[in-house]
Amino acid sequence: MTLSDTPDLVVIGGGNAALCAAITAAEAGARVLILEAAPKPYRGGNSRHTRNFRCMHHGPLGPLTDSYTEEEYLADLLKVTGGKTHEGLARLAIRSSEECLPWMEQHGVRFQPSLSGTLSLARTNAFFLGGGKGLVNAYYRTAERLGVRVAYEASVTHLELNDDRIDFIDYTQNGETHRVAPKSVVVASGGFQADTDWLARAWGPAAKNFLIRGTPYNRGVVLADLLDQGVEQVGDPTQCHAVAIDGRAPKFDGGIVTRLDCVPFSIVVNKNAERFYDEGEDVWPKRYAIWGRLVAAQPDQVGYVIIDAKSLNLFMPSVFPPIKADTLEELAEKMDLPAEALAKTVAEFNAACGDTSGFHPTELDGVATTGLTPPKTNWARPITEPPFYGYSLRTGVTFTYLGLKVDERAQCAIGNRPVSNLWAAGETMAGSILGQGYLAGFGMTIGTVFGRIAGKEAAAHANAN
Amino acid sequence: MQMQTDLLQEARRQAEICNACRYCEGYCSVFPALHAERAFGDGDLTQLANLCHNCRGCYYACQYTAPHEFDLNLPQALANVRQDSWEDLAFPRVAGKAFQKNGVLIAVAAVIGFALLFWAARMLGSQGGEGFYAVLSHNAMVAIFLPAFVFPLVSIGISLRRYWRRVEAGPFRVAQLVKAVRQAADMRNLKGGHGDGCNFEDEDRFSHARRMAHQAVMYGFLLCFAATSVATVMHYALNMPAPYGLLSAPKLLGLSGGVLLVLGCTEMIRLKLRSDRTLGARGAFGGEIAFVGLLGFVGLSGLVLYALGQTALMPLLLAVHLGAVLAFFLLMPFTKMAHGFYRLAALTVNAGK
Ligand SMILES: Cc1cc2nc3c(=O)[nH]c(=O)nc-3n(C[C@H](O)[C@H](O)[C@H](O)COP(=O)(O)OP(=O)(O)OC[C@H]3O[C@@H](n4cnc5c(N)ncnc54)[C@H](O)[C@@H]3O)c2cc1C
Ligand code: SF4
Ligand code: SF4
Repeated sequence: MTLSDTPDLVVIGGGNAALCAAITAAEAGARVLILEAAPKPYRGGNSRHTRNFRCMHHGPLGPLTDSYTEEEYLADLLKVTGGKTHEGLARLAIRSSEECLPWMEQHGVRFQPSLSGTLSLARTNAFFLGGGKGLVNAYYRTAERLGVRVAYEASVTHLELNDDRIDFIDYTQNGETHRVAPKSVVVASGGFQADTDWLARAWGPAAKNFLIRGTPYNRGVVLADLLDQGVEQVGDPTQCHAVAIDGRAPKFDGGIVTRLDCVPFSIVVNKNAERFYDEGEDVWPKRYAIWGRLVAAQPDQVGYVIIDAKSLNLFMPSVFPPIKADTLEELAEKMDLPAEALAKTVAEFNAACGDTSGFHPTELDGVATTGLTPPKTNWARPITEPPFYGYSLRTGVTFTYLGLKVDERAQCAIGNRPVSNLWAAGETMAGSILGQGYLAGFGMTIGTVFGRIAGKEAAAHANAN
Repeated sequence: MQMQTDLLQEARRQAEICNACRYCEGYCSVFPALHAERAFGDGDLTQLANLCHNCRGCYYACQYTAPHEFDLNLPQALANVRQDSWEDLAFPRVAGKAFQKNGVLIAVAAVIGFALLFWAARMLGSQGGEGFYAVLSHNAMVAIFLPAFVFPLVSIGISLRRYWRRVEAGPFRVAQLVKAVRQAADMRNLKGGHGDGCNFEDEDRFSHARRMAHQAVMYGFLLCFAATSVATVMHYALNMPAPYGLLSAPKLLGLSGGVLLVLGCTEMIRLKLRSDRTLGARGAFGGEIAFVGLLGFVGLSGLVLYALGQTALMPLLLAVHLGAVLAFFLLMPFTKMAHGFYRLAALTVNAGK
C-alpha cells in the first residue's frame, strides 16, 4: 500500500457494526478502509444470520405497530439481564434506536412485516427483508458508493498500542503481512466464540462439544491482542449466550434454521435416557435460552427430545427432519439410547400425567405432572401415540460477552484514560451494556447505535488530525 | 406423471430449509405459500415453482448459499422444477420436451416457417388481391393462420387443465382469476416486495430493468395482437379490407406494439446475457434466448415491412415476417411463451388459497 492511499480510518470487521461505522465516517468525509477477515461470500459475521432489531418508537414506525417506550424497553432489558445492565449506555442505545430505523432505510435496508410464527415481536422488533444478509449486502453497496474500500480475507493480527494511541495495524491477506497506520481505528470484530480453545479455557473441556451458531471468523484475535496490552475489559469470559439446537447442525454457521421449538411439548432426556429438567417451565423465548446451559451440563453435552405424533405439528419446523419410529424401542435404537431406560422414563412420565383437557400449546396451561422429579409443569401430555419422533440437542453458542469497555462515545480506555484513536462497536463491546442474559434484537441495536457513534467520533478525530 | 424426481427432491430439500428460516417471506408470493405447508408434495412444489418469477432476491439474501454446506439456490431449484413442469405438461408432450430448452430447434422452426410462406406465396399466389394480398391471397392467409392460432390455444388449454389437476387446485372460481390478472397486470411480484425491483443483471443490486423490459415485451405483444384483432374485425365485420393507412387503428397499434416489442426483447436479451446463469433453469438458457430472439424478430420484421412495404422487397419481407409469426404461434405452448399462461394459472390457484 502506498502512502497516498493510506486511509484516514480503518474499520476492523465486516458486520453490521463495522458497516454502520464505515458509512457514517465516509459521510463525514473520511477515507475509510474495511478489513474483513472472511472471504466475500461469508462477509458480514454474525450479522448475516440475524433477522431483526429491537426499536423504541412512539406510534407506528415502518413495519412496527403501536408504541414501545424507553421505559418499557429498559424494563424488558433489566428483566433478562437480572440487573446486570449499564443503565446509562442502555438508555443511550434504546433512545437512539428510534432514529436508526429511518437511517437504515436511507442506507438501503428494507423491512418486512413480522415473520409468520413471530407475531409476539411485531410491536418491538423490525424485521429485515431477506434477513441479515440482505441488510449487509445493502450496506456494502452503500459503503462502496461512498468510496469506502473493502479488503476481504484480511485478518487483523495486531494493533500496536503506544501510550494512549494505536500507531499501526498488522493484517494478513493472501499469505502476506501488511501494515497500515491510519489516524483512527474502529474495532467491530465481534466476540471470540469461534475459538473453541478459548471457550474451553473459560468453560472447561465440555466446550469442545459446543456448536457455534454463527461465523467461524469471530475468533477474538483483536480482542485478545488489545486486552493483552492493557486496554480496559468488561464482562466475564464464562458468560455466553447459548441455546439448545439440533445436534446434527454443522459446527459453524448453522444459523437460525437449526433451532428447535419442540421442547415444551416433549420430554428431554440425557444419554442415559433420564430426564433432568422441567420441560414445561416457560414459554418462548425464555425456555429457549436456558436449555443451552442445561444440555451443556449433561454427559457428553448432549440431550434427546422425545415427542409423539400428536405434538408434531405444534412447533415451527426445523432444518433436519426428526428421527421417526413406530415404537419407543425402535426410536431408542435409532437414537443410540438405552431402550429399557427410555421405556421406563416414558412410562413414569406417562403415569404422572393427569387430566390433559386443559392443554393449550401457546399459553402456560398448568397441565402438569404429579409426583414426578423433575416435574413438568405445563403441557404435560403422555407420550403414547405412534409414530414417535426424536431430535438430538446440543449447545449452540450465539456470542460471548467478554469485551472492550467503552464510554458513551464508544471510545476504548486504558487505565482511566481514553485511548485517543480507538473506538469499538457491536458485539465486541456489548458487554459494556449487558453483563448477562439477552433480549431478542438488542445485538443489532447495539451494533447500529454504537457503530454510528464510533464512525462519527473516529471520523471527527481523523479530520482534526 | 413423468417429472424428474431428482429435481423435485432437490426443491423439496431447499423448501424445507426455507420453511425453517422464513427470512425471505416478504419478497414474493412463493414464501407465504411455502410457509403454509409443512410437507411438500410434488404438486405443491410444482405450484411454488410456477409462482416464482426468478427475481433472485432470495438467492442474494440467503446466508446458506454455496460454499455453505446447505447449498441453497432456491431460484435455480424452482426454475428447474418449473421448466420440467412445462415440458411434462405440454400437449403433445414430445413437443414440450423437444423445444423448451433447444434454441437451435426454435431457429430451425422459424426457418421452416419462412420456407413455408415462400412456398405458399409461389404456389397459391395472389388470386387478384392488392397490397399484401397481392403476394398471398387473404383466403390463403386465413387457411394457414387460423389453424396456427387455434392449435396453440387448444394445446395450452389442455396443459392448464393438466396443471390444475397436478397441483390439486380444487374447484375454479372466477374471483380468483380476476385477482390473479390484476396481480399480473402490474407485475407486483417483480417489484421484489419492497418496490426496488429484482436482482438480475448486477448481483445483489436491485433494479427495475428486468421488470421494465418484461412490461415492454408484454404490452408490445398485446398491442400487436390487438392490431391483428382490430384488422380482423375491420375486415369481416366492417367490410374494410387491408391495406390500412398510417393513422388507422391497426397501423397505430401495430407500430407502437412493434417498437415496444423490439426494444423490450433487445433489453431482455442484454439483461439475460449479464445475469448469472447458474440461478436459472439448468440447460434452458439457449432456448430462452432463442425464444426472446424470435419474438423480437417478429416485431422487427413487422416494422421493416411497414417501412419498406411500398418497395420491391415487400414480397420477400412479407414471407419472412409471416413465417416468423407462424413459427412463433405454433411454438407458443412449447417455448418460454408458455410461462405467461402457467404463471397466471399459478396466481389463480394461489388466490384461491
Ligand atoms: C444465528 C444467529 C441469529 C441472530 N439473530 C439476531 C437477531 O435477529 N437480532 C439481533 O439483534 N441479533 C441477533 N443475533 C446476534 C447478532 O448476530 C450480533 O449481535 C450482531 O450481528 C453483532 O454484530 P457485529 O457487527 O458486532 O459482529 P459481526 O456481525 O459478527 O461481525 C464481526 C466481523 O468481524 C470480522 N472479524 C473477526 N475477526 C477479525 C479479524 N481478526 N480481522 C478482521 N476481521 C475480523 C468477522 O469476519 C465479521 O465480519 C444473532 C446471532 C446468531 C448467531
Ligand atoms: S432462501 Fe435462504 S434466507 Fe431465504 S428463506 Fe430460504 S433459507 Fe432463508
Ligand atoms: S427468485 Fe424471487 S420470485 Fe423466486 S422465490 Fe426467490 S424471491 Fe421469490
